[in-house]
Amino acid sequence: MEYLNIIFQESYKILFLLVPVLVSVAMIVWLDRRVWAFVQKRQGPNVVGPFGLLQSLADALKYIFKEIIIPASSNKVIFILAPIITMTLALIAWAVIPFGVEQVLADINVGILYIFAVSSLGVYGIIMGGWASNSKYPFLGAIRSAAQMVSYEVSIGIIIINVLLCVGSLNLNDIVIAQKEMWFVIPLFPMFVIFFISALAETNRPPFDLPEAEAELVAGYQTEYSGMMYAMFWLGEYANILLMCALGSILFLGGWLSPIDLYPFNLIPGAFWLIFKILFLFILFALVKAIVPRYRYDQLMRLGWKIFLPLSLTYVVLTASYLFYFNLLPTI
Amino acid sequence: MIAHAIFFYFFSVIAVVSAIMVTVSKNTVHSVFFLILDFISISCLFIMIGAEFLGMIMLIVYVGAVAVLFLFVVMMLNVAQQKNQWFVSKDSSRHIPIGLLISVIIFFELIIVIGGWKYKPDLFNSAKSSLENGVSNTHSLGQVLYTDYIHVFQISGMILLIAMIGAIVLTFRQREGVKKQSYLKQISRERTEGVEVLEVASNKGVKIDD
Repeated sequence: MEYLNIIFQESYKILFLLVPVLVSVAMIVWLDRRVWAFVQKRQGPNVVGPFGLLQSLADALKYIFKEIIIPASSNKVIFILAPIITMTLALIAWAVIPFGVEQVLADINVGILYIFAVSSLGVYGIIMGGWASNSKYPFLGAIRSAAQMVSYEVSIGIIIINVLLCVGSLNLNDIVIAQKEMWFVIPLFPMFVIFFISALAETNRPPFDLPEAEAELVAGYQTEYSGMMYAMFWLGEYANILLMCALGSILFLGGWLSPIDLYPFNLIPGAFWLIFKILFLFILFALVKAIVPRYRYDQLMRLGWKIFLPLSLTYVVLTASYLFYFNLLPTI
Repeated sequence: MIAHAIFFYFFSVIAVVSAIMVTVSKNTVHSVFFLILDFISISCLFIMIGAEFLGMIMLIVYVGAVAVLFLFVVMMLNVAQQKNQWFVSKDSSRHIPIGLLISVIIFFELIIVIGGWKYKPDLFNSAKSSLENGVSNTHSLGQVLYTDYIHVFQISGMILLIAMIGAIVLTFRQREGVKKQSYLKQISRERTEGVEVLEVASNKGVKIDD
């Protein structure tokens, strides 16, 4: 009976987190297209519902009623598993994101490592999809994206080390609370910029959308997918983008802390501030998509290994020596 | 306790079955996928005994990076075909003694370690490195690694570095006639270098590109 009670409570909490995440993923697709259109002086989706807000729902309905085509020469089990893995991994990472001191599903000690591990698993959805399709373009896209995501994970990991040096804990709530005096975006500003660009590459967003470069590879690893399976890839991708925005706002922009610690701002719940920061970062993501042309593959690799890696490593040394010299290293 | 046991047996059954499937399955890519499943369930087991840091590092390093490279190599090199040829040819029987020797050594090492831990618990002096209360797994691991075992830790880092340099030296080759882009050169290009205005005499033309 006690077990049942716990299971019921936990699934209630999970639903309370997952449904808003899924709805906001749908809304964020609409926002992305609107911002993109706004930069290019177009209208964007504005027909379905007020301001076109229901466009994503209409799209989802369309995907549900389309036929799912499984290529005859594909490896069927892995072909079907790939979008499921992408979607699941994009959603389970939200378990540790804190929306307030108490408002977190799993307040684990190694929260940041958990997010990092889950986002590094994300590459499997793409590789499996690309390989199981048994076709040239998806395979090339999958290979590209594997190399790209592994390379940029290295620099994201080192940037996270920078933040952890200032915090002294791997818990996400501790990271947020450590920024009470000053957000880490101020002392670690170069790292914030590198994190933002690496997050673009990690989530396969333009200008680093080489895995699905439509001019060369049709649609990359998604070429053979259709219907609901394509929609799951698509939802997983946007959920990952939101997750990276959430990670960026927790690591650098103070998470659920309000920007000004004064009376009227304190009343607003922390979840609101976190969502506000996530939206701010997402609009930056969308603007970059509209403004910047796509990178060439060798330029992408050069940026990751020859520029970001040494820069972030140097910054780790600088941060560590600064903290050590002025005796600011966090104690347990 | 029952829930703990259920989870333990769930993950360990998956780990053992997938480890067997790695060696049994015909398709090499499937083997790698089973290997990944094995890594994931082992990291779940690590988390269950309270070694959360080790479990996460296992996921990040082995599943997130090493297994991706495995997949990369297996997919690119078409290992399955070569394996089938190799089984048919006579070369395969020459390697069997070495493989047997190595596996016997590994087997005895495992028996020694597990037997020693089981029958002589004071052999490893694990009481010294036991977890203090209130200190998280990561902190205590860091305290042990960076104080008592700092030299061993640094030496292992050096060995990894040497291995990396060795791999680069082995695979590096200077190729002739490869065109390279110099970003500095591209950015510092002036209009005067790039464009030349010529007076072209009619019916004679002008010679470009030598």
